[in-house]
Amino acid sequence: MTGPGPSAMPTVVSARLAKKFSRNLRERAIEAILFFAAFVSVLTTVGIVYVLVSESVHFFQRVSLWDFLTDTQWTPLFDDAHFGIMVLLSGTITSSLVALVVAIPMGTVIAVYLSEFATPRAREISKPILELLSGVPTIVYGYFALLFVTPILQALIPGLPGFSLLAAGLVMGIMIVPYVASISEDAMRAVPMALREGSFAMGATRLQTALRVVFPAAISGIAAAYILGISRAVGETMILAVAAGMQPNLTFNPMESAATITAYIVQVALGDLPHGSIGYQTIFAAGLTLMLLTLAFNLVGFYMRKRFREAY
Amino acid sequence: MVNPMATATHASMLGSANPGATAPAVSGDSPPPLKAESRGLDFYYSNSFQALKSIDMPVYENKVTALIGPSGCGKSTFLRCFNRMHDLYAGNRYAGQIVLHPDNTDLLAKDVDPIEVRMRIGMVFQKPNPFPKTIYENVAYGLRVRGMTQKNQLDDKIEESLRGAALWDEVKHRLGEMGSNLSGGQQQRLCIARALATDPEILLFDEPTSALDPIATASIEELVTELKKKVTILIVTHNMQQAARVSDYTAYMYIGELMEFDKTDTIFFKPKRKETEDYITGRFG
Repeated sequence: MTGPGPSAMPTVVSARLAKKFSRNLRERAIEAILFFAAFVSVLTTVGIVYVLVSESVHFFQRVSLWDFLTDTQWTPLFDDAHFGIMVLLSGTITSSLVALVVAIPMGTVIAVYLSEFATPRAREISKPILELLSGVPTIVYGYFALLFVTPILQALIPGLPGFSLLAAGLVMGIMIVPYVASISEDAMRAVPMALREGSFAMGATRLQTALRVVFPAAISGIAAAYILGISRAVGETMILAVAAGMQPNLTFNPMESAATITAYIVQVALGDLPHGSIGYQTIFAAGLTLMLLTLAFNLVGFYMRKRFREAY
Repeated sequence: MVNPMATATHASMLGSANPGATAPAVSGDSPPPLKAESRGLDFYYSNSFQALKSIDMPVYENKVTALIGPSGCGKSTFLRCFNRMHDLYAGNRYAGQIVLHPDNTDLLAKDVDPIEVRMRIGMVFQKPNPFPKTIYENVAYGLRVRGMTQKNQLDDKIEESLRGAALWDEVKHRLGEMGSNLSGGQQQRLCIARALATDPEILLFDEPTSALDPIATASIEELVTELKKKVTILIVTHNMQQAARVSDYTAYMYIGELMEFDKTDTIFFKPKRKETEDYITGRFG
């Protein structure tokens, strides 16, 4: 052992270089894996859009866009075929509205309670129970709507059919409540304590603080929760297929039975339609409509987040 | 508002007409009228940690009282007792009294509603915290909370408050803009205007300039000096020059205890205790 003389220097440097090389290799491998994961999800989205658009192109070569948007009948499998998407869209819109009338007030009230009023203990107990609701399979909700909610509603509203947008929409609303409540609560809890203290210091009550300061401060996140709720309602399938009926019906009356876009896709996809037939292509046209609808809501949500974002 | 229980205990405890009897003696000529007074105040965080130990301190009317001391000495904790901010968090406990004059209300009494206390005692925080509302609505907040709805009444009060906070000329043409669009110093003056709008009897400042640049700091200090004509002021600061510049009285605190309370000049030039002198001269803290 002569100590670190000049002859020891090259080995030290090369050992460091080797270490650096292996580190670089590892970094690159991890980078590649991360890139691959991101790439796959992008690719999936692109693939879905490609399939929807390419099949829809075939559809719109046979049916004009004008007829698709304005026709008041949806009878793609009849001899006298009509392709008015408004018929299905009306069912989707009506059931979603019913669901939102339930989910937005309930979800917001629950979020305000959990974020501003509940003791930590009450929150610890009630939040997991609430989130359990979102874990219930939608087919279960569907039969809950058909076999439990519908008879009750029929007792209350004489003449309500066995399948109705009302029953399906109400249960769909209950299904969405946890999403709206959970995301709104996160947004409200993220509001800094300094704002609440500022409000309390002015002599405000808890309720005044919650409604006049915390709620407006969290509005961008709460709006995002509502948008997500709408997207889920529009895209929900099983509850509607089971409880709202499969009959296309141009109506905005929730007391009636009507097929939604999603219910129609399920119904048609279950039958054996020949590949390339007009019936087969309607699935993609309807699917594209649904996707554009949710895309529109997401864009509105994105805009709202930007518009109302608060710099605390 | 007047709490007969507290008044009764107060009278029997002191048995004296002089409300300043328990307060530490102040050097020089007779002190100005009392606005509030802390008597044997203990405070416990989460039912265990004692953050304040038996604090007796007077707060004189229309004077600025500065609370100084090293970090963690309890000066902010003490300040936040005055408007019962500690009630917002579970497990905090007070013992002793903070008596508000002239009605002799014990602010800490169990049957005194903290909301009532906060209606009388305003607060300005360390970091400007304007609400996510317009400038106008920020100042109107306390008035609306108290149920004022008449537009012309609100307008008058808002102008008066913004003038009081030396902000009116800068914002009179943009009252509809968001409060968060203002600069840091303006935001802090907006928070002062917000607190002034409800005519508080005492205004608490919790290190109001620690997030501001020197120019904004100077304007806030000037404002504090101006405001004491109308309102009694308690200010926590860890900037000793600031305490020397703005305050009439200074309290030096150390590990939850009030070490020394006196006129600011006395504290800075002729402190009675060695500890105070060490802190003031920078040998410690």
